[in-house]
Amino acid sequence: MANKGYVDAKNKKVNRIDYATHLQLMLWKFRKNRMALIAVGVLGIFLIISLFAEFIAPYEPGTRNINYLQGPPIKVHLLDDKGNFHFNPFIYEMVKKRDPVTFRVSYTTDTSKQIPLRFFTRGETYKFWGLFKLNFHLFGVDGGFINLFGTDQLGRDLFSRIMYATRISLSVGAIGVFFVFILGLIMGGIAGYLGGMADEFIMRLMEFIRSIPTLPLWLALAAALPREWSSLKVYLAITIILASVGWTNLGRRVRSKLISIREEDFILSARLAGCSDTRIIVHHMLPSFMSYIIVDLTISFPYIILAETALSFLGLGLREPIVSWGVLLYSAQNIHSLAQIPWLLITGLFVVVAVLAFNFMGDGLRDAADPFAK
Amino acid sequence: MLYLITRRIAAALVTLFLISIVAFIIIQLPPGDFVDAYAGKKTQGGVIITQDELDVMRIRLGMDKPLYQQYLKWIGGVIRGDLGFSWEYHRPVVDVLGERLPLTLILAFATLAFTYMVAIPIGIYSAVRQYSIGDNIATILGYIGLATPGFLFALILMYLGQKWFGMSVGGLFSPEFEDAAWSWARFADMLSHLWVPVVVLGMAATAFQLRTMRATLLDELNKMYVTAARAGGVPEFNLLIKYPVRMALNPIVATLGWELSKIISGAAIIGIVLSLPTIGPLFYNALLNQDMYLAGALILIYCLLVVVGTFISDILLMILDPRIRLGGKG
Repeated sequence: MANKGYVDAKNKKVNRIDYATHLQLMLWKFRKNRMALIAVGVLGIFLIISLFAEFIAPYEPGTRNINYLQGPPIKVHLLDDKGNFHFNPFIYEMVKKRDPVTFRVSYTTDTSKQIPLRFFTRGETYKFWGLFKLNFHLFGVDGGFINLFGTDQLGRDLFSRIMYATRISLSVGAIGVFFVFILGLIMGGIAGYLGGMADEFIMRLMEFIRSIPTLPLWLALAAALPREWSSLKVYLAITIILASVGWTNLGRRVRSKLISIREEDFILSARLAGCSDTRIIVHHMLPSFMSYIIVDLTISFPYIILAETALSFLGLGLREPIVSWGVLLYSAQNIHSLAQIPWLLITGLFVVVAVLAFNFMGDGLRDAADPFAK
Repeated sequence: MLYLITRRIAAALVTLFLISIVAFIIIQLPPGDFVDAYAGKKTQGGVIITQDELDVMRIRLGMDKPLYQQYLKWIGGVIRGDLGFSWEYHRPVVDVLGERLPLTLILAFATLAFTYMVAIPIGIYSAVRQYSIGDNIATILGYIGLATPGFLFALILMYLGQKWFGMSVGGLFSPEFEDAAWSWARFADMLSHLWVPVVVLGMAATAFQLRTMRATLLDELNKMYVTAARAGGVPEFNLLIKYPVRMALNPIVATLGWELSKIISGAAIIGIVLSLPTIGPLFYNALLNQDMYLAGALILIYCLLVVVGTFISDILLMILDPRIRLGGKG
């Protein structure tokens, strides 16, 4: 990487760099990586979606529109068919047609009827964060319906469902990463700090977990969840399962960092000053390798999301009425529904973009974690 | 070297033994057992089953005994090559696995071969011509390949196959060869179908190895010995292949076992999506139906494949890298 910009002698930053804090150095280095910055922007959008899913989605995830089953995505126009520009975006009304021979329903746009889009409009009532009853939506239409990504077999709006699914999938990732963090820190910490028998045992355990192929293990554990559990319980259980298999990387990292730091002089002086073990670990050791932990966690985020998606896709993970990306893809599983409703694959685009963004951000963070490397 | 190999074998055996215990516990985890699942199915079909009948069934299947006895009986059989009886298929597990296991192995190793045959040359090219158009394309494709879940890729291929060619890309055989005996024609037919799952499965692994190859080779190329050799007049191609590439192959070979494990993991879900005659769909159904001997045998086989893969990569590393071979205790 040619990241020599900020140590350029002609640059004024050369003075700032002498007394910049570690964090500032890392920030500067991170900002050099354009892909990582874009990734942060994309993830910001995902975060906004998951925070305000109810507001952004025009419909509730379970609302059925029986007039528009398996309806294709509705396009938003600014130019009408005569080429006139409209300041307010609009959609054309969809007309249902039934083939007289095969009885198959198809939809065509009726270009004579324009329905303007309304922003910050009132629509379906929802409970924002499960607390406040609101009926404001980012956009909607008066009369008719708007399904940006089309509808599924039951006539549910795919766009709305993807918004809600984004919240669930990212939260599975976040909670999973949290458990990974706790488990990895505790196990790696014990192994690295105590050493000896405990170290040996935990290292063997990690090797053992790593030698079991992950997907079959997840499948087996997920299949062990009782069928009658509520979807919320299953949700928690799935995140714990994913984390309990995924903590080994972080555990390893924590252990090796602890072992290399353990012999440093500042730890010895802290011990001579009478610090307790906990204090040495939390106040002196952790800050010195926190950046590596954050990098590892960022990298493990997409793995957890992918794992959840795969499990739910197979019908062994989350289940309706909770919608995640995997649950949405579950209905695209067989080729017949896929051939008729190809827009169900739009969900996959969200998965790929989210994972890409996490990977790019992780790469940027990894480079920034060691600001003194070339 | 011999000492190292025996040590590895011993460690692998211990791992397998532990895995067998874990596998047995995991398949016992689901509430209820096969008899419950069986009774549930029959009751749905309108057949009335009394509690007595269920108890008799449990005794006949040996499920009334304590868990450790069941385990000992099972593992004793496994060692003698008897994997138990599949209740769902009413056949010994070995028979059920029959053709599926070889096909799974063919698929896994074909994917592995594909991965390295694509990843290593492109990785070398990417490193030598860093930031060229080809390198940038390879990098972008690599990122996308790593971010796309295999099953999604499989779905997209299935959709495109249906839409453009009006054919199904699922399965490993054409319908007329489905149950036929092995022949050259059937083998050729399999090869013509094999590429879809191989590409789908190999995508993520290829992307990953490509990046590893590129990164390590870039590190090596900047080292002094390369400059020294170049100054000494070693032809560029020989120079590249003889030293830096050999060094850069190290991490790739070291992760071979791990890669095999990921491929086999991925094959489980791809097998279900593309309805391949591999052990993936079998495992999935066995889990759902609580067909515990079949599920247990499959977990064992999955782990065995990984352990063997790790073992092979250890041996390869010893052959490739004299420091490990001669360095003693590994």
